[in-house]
Amino acid sequence: MLNYVIKRVGFAIPTMLILIVFSYVLMHAAPGGPFTSEKPLPPQVLANIEAKYGLDQPLWRQIINYVWGILVEFDFGPSFRYKDRSVNDIIAQGFPVTIKYGSWSFVVAVGIGIPLGVIAAVRQNTWIDYFAVGFSIGAAVLPNFVMAPLLVIVFTLWLGWLPGGGWNGGDFEHLVMPVIALSTSYMASIARISRSSMLEVLNSNFIRTARAKGLPERTVILRHALKPAMLPVISYLGPAFVGIITGSFIIDLYFSTGGIGIHFVNAALNRDYSVIMGLTVLVGSLTIIFNLLVDLIYAWIDPKIRY
Amino acid sequence: MNYFAKPLAAGFVIASIAAAPVLAAGTHPVTGEALADDQTFTYSLLDDSTSLDPQIIEDVSGSAFARDLFEGLMNQDGDGNLVPGVATGFTTNADKTVYTFNLRDNAKWSDGNPVTAHDFVYAWRRAADPETGSPYSWFMEIMAIAGVGDVLSGDEAPDTLGVRAVDDLTFEVTLTASLPYFASMTTHATTFPTPSWVIEEHGAEWTRPENMVGNGAYVLTEHILGETSTRERSTTYWNNEATIVDTVTALIIASDDTALTRYLAGELTIGRVPSGQYLRLKAEYPEQAKSNPRLCTYYYSLNMGENGPESLKDIRVRQALSYAVDRSIITENILQAGQIPAFTFTPGATAGFEVPEVEFGMMSQDERNAKAVELLADAGYGSDNPLELELLYNTSEGHKSIATAIVQMWKETLGIDVTLANMEWKTFLQTKGDGNYDIGRAGWCGDYNEASTFLDLVNSGSGYNDSKFSNAEVDALLESARTMDDASANYTRIEEIVATEMPLIPVYHYTGVGLYSPSLKGWPFGNVEGNWYSRDLYIVE
Repeated sequence: MLNYVIKRVGFAIPTMLILIVFSYVLMHAAPGGPFTSEKPLPPQVLANIEAKYGLDQPLWRQIINYVWGILVEFDFGPSFRYKDRSVNDIIAQGFPVTIKYGSWSFVVAVGIGIPLGVIAAVRQNTWIDYFAVGFSIGAAVLPNFVMAPLLVIVFTLWLGWLPGGGWNGGDFEHLVMPVIALSTSYMASIARISRSSMLEVLNSNFIRTARAKGLPERTVILRHALKPAMLPVISYLGPAFVGIITGSFIIDLYFSTGGIGIHFVNAALNRDYSVIMGLTVLVGSLTIIFNLLVDLIYAWIDPKIRY
Repeated sequence: MNYFAKPLAAGFVIASIAAAPVLAAGTHPVTGEALADDQTFTYSLLDDSTSLDPQIIEDVSGSAFARDLFEGLMNQDGDGNLVPGVATGFTTNADKTVYTFNLRDNAKWSDGNPVTAHDFVYAWRRAADPETGSPYSWFMEIMAIAGVGDVLSGDEAPDTLGVRAVDDLTFEVTLTASLPYFASMTTHATTFPTPSWVIEEHGAEWTRPENMVGNGAYVLTEHILGETSTRERSTTYWNNEATIVDTVTALIIASDDTALTRYLAGELTIGRVPSGQYLRLKAEYPEQAKSNPRLCTYYYSLNMGENGPESLKDIRVRQALSYAVDRSIITENILQAGQIPAFTFTPGATAGFEVPEVEFGMMSQDERNAKAVELLADAGYGSDNPLELELLYNTSEGHKSIATAIVQMWKETLGIDVTLANMEWKTFLQTKGDGNYDIGRAGWCGDYNEASTFLDLVNSGSGYNDSKFSNAEVDALLESARTMDDASANYTRIEEIVATEMPLIPVYHYTGVGLYSPSLKGWPFGNVEGNWYSRDLYIVE
């Protein structure tokens, strides 16, 4: 097991390096640059600015400097757009926001999605099953960019219960709408996967055996069926967790939460090279870590898996 | 010459009125309106300002911060007129190449230090210093400050710049050319003073609320990037007694729709108008929805450069394309927010600029259409020799609907097929900058309130001249206009040449639209540059 972990971490380092080089080259290949603007800068001014940010160096040297900065000083460089800020500042300020509303969304999505899916499977073809399936389909076709403005209109404009946006340190009333908007589609997917996986497990031989032994239904479900039924859910939750805690462009756009989600899109549009790279490295390393965690949880749940 | 005898006296009167009725709290000192207890002004921004450092600021939202947190030599009033700032006035030599600003002796930084001429010297050198990497350092170049070119190129040290502190309260600028409108350029954020001791201590982090020191009517108390920022009135500001609004909050709201909803829910003092909704909002909230002219022009540039199509090198084709655009359909049926059809490049709202009666602007649209058909036939284009062009715009629903309408007009009137192409913003800028386009969408806003900020664009040497238009007479007229007291005759002539040569198709002049809470007073609707100062605002009950 320990060997396996060491091996995976060993693979992670070259994976990250490839990710960095690849992203860096792709990013620079896109036309325009951080200082391309509607009022083009005079060549001398542009040269001064590019020299200040090290963009006058050849690409390979920029990449080496960049990787060196991360490894030695854990410094992701200054933002090219928000010129008073470093990428470290931007992530340090936005990531906690994103983690907070992301974690709550995750808790809500899992806490409601799994029970809903499991109960729907156990009570297949009853009203609760129809409700769960109906809800999953409804949530899947109601994307969050439709739901977010709708929530604001209903809760802020009509009912006047909640502020229309902002963060204010993430207090309850600023958290409600982002969490509803972000968790719904994840909740629907989790419920759907839990339901179909549970149905499959409930029809398998060992469950028939358990029932034949005369075990109470409760024990059959909770002790025997639940654990194996969770395997596909867990393989979905790993990447979903990374996706959910690194935020959402839509949530930040409509609720002005100040998270890092909005930077993903804006940094690319603004060619804010250092922010694009910082976020790529962040999401890349989280993805690697959580994939490893999912694999380890698999081994714990499924006795057939040995590393 | 002292240009400020009159405004100065007016300022003094207002100041003395303001000082007296402080005791009678709750009413406006001049108008007597009942003031609200809560003097908080809240507005929204599409995106956070890229910087709060006056010498680095390049965006409109950052400039609004700078006007509150700092104060330059001169300010603008609600109609855009020049009024004293840190300087009480200025004098010039006979040929207007040396400007001397007299600073007030009671201006203070928020840490209590006096504001001196040395702070301006430091800031102006800093703006031009290549090490600062200021995206607006070119502004110092158009201000024609002596020695700026060599400082920008790094050939000379920043201390060779033509600025000096004669004494603590006298700031002198030497110019390479006589600029009659020079003083109006000192309302621009790039020229605001900055505290050398704070910048030296904190580096790039000096603009954080805990470090920042300014000389404006407000101080920054909170700034969470991408979420919110707060500024509170500064007790050290020399005219703090006349300030009414206590707190200014800027919320970052990236979506126009959310900004509108939050305005309607009472969370904002000023709301934004999502594209295409002005007429509906005007009907629903006639007192709140307002539109006022801006110093901006929407136009299509026609590529006459070497990469451009052969057809656009023919003046008749350029004229035909421009004549066939029915501008009133664009402004009345598509934009619907009081925009002004444009036949000249410079907007009529520009100070001291009289819109010349260019010939094609005087015709009716039917006459223009008839003339356009004739011109295109003369140029030899028709069904046997079809004209093929591409119209490039940056991806946006708004630009798309205008482009679609114009292409349709060209099709109906001239029978030509112009294909539409759209690109993401930066790709669009790069492609247009490289000259790889036929017809390109463009917009231009004045950097200062004088026609040269527009007309410099048709100078053959300008880096913004995307049409690659080159006309010796225009260049000469622009050159001589620089040193004239009244250059309006030159500007009229340039517009006439542009209207004939047609290197670009002016489409419309912008308006600024917004929703303004009935409780907000003092908003400078008459300022065509859209420059506002929080200390001029007040909230009534």
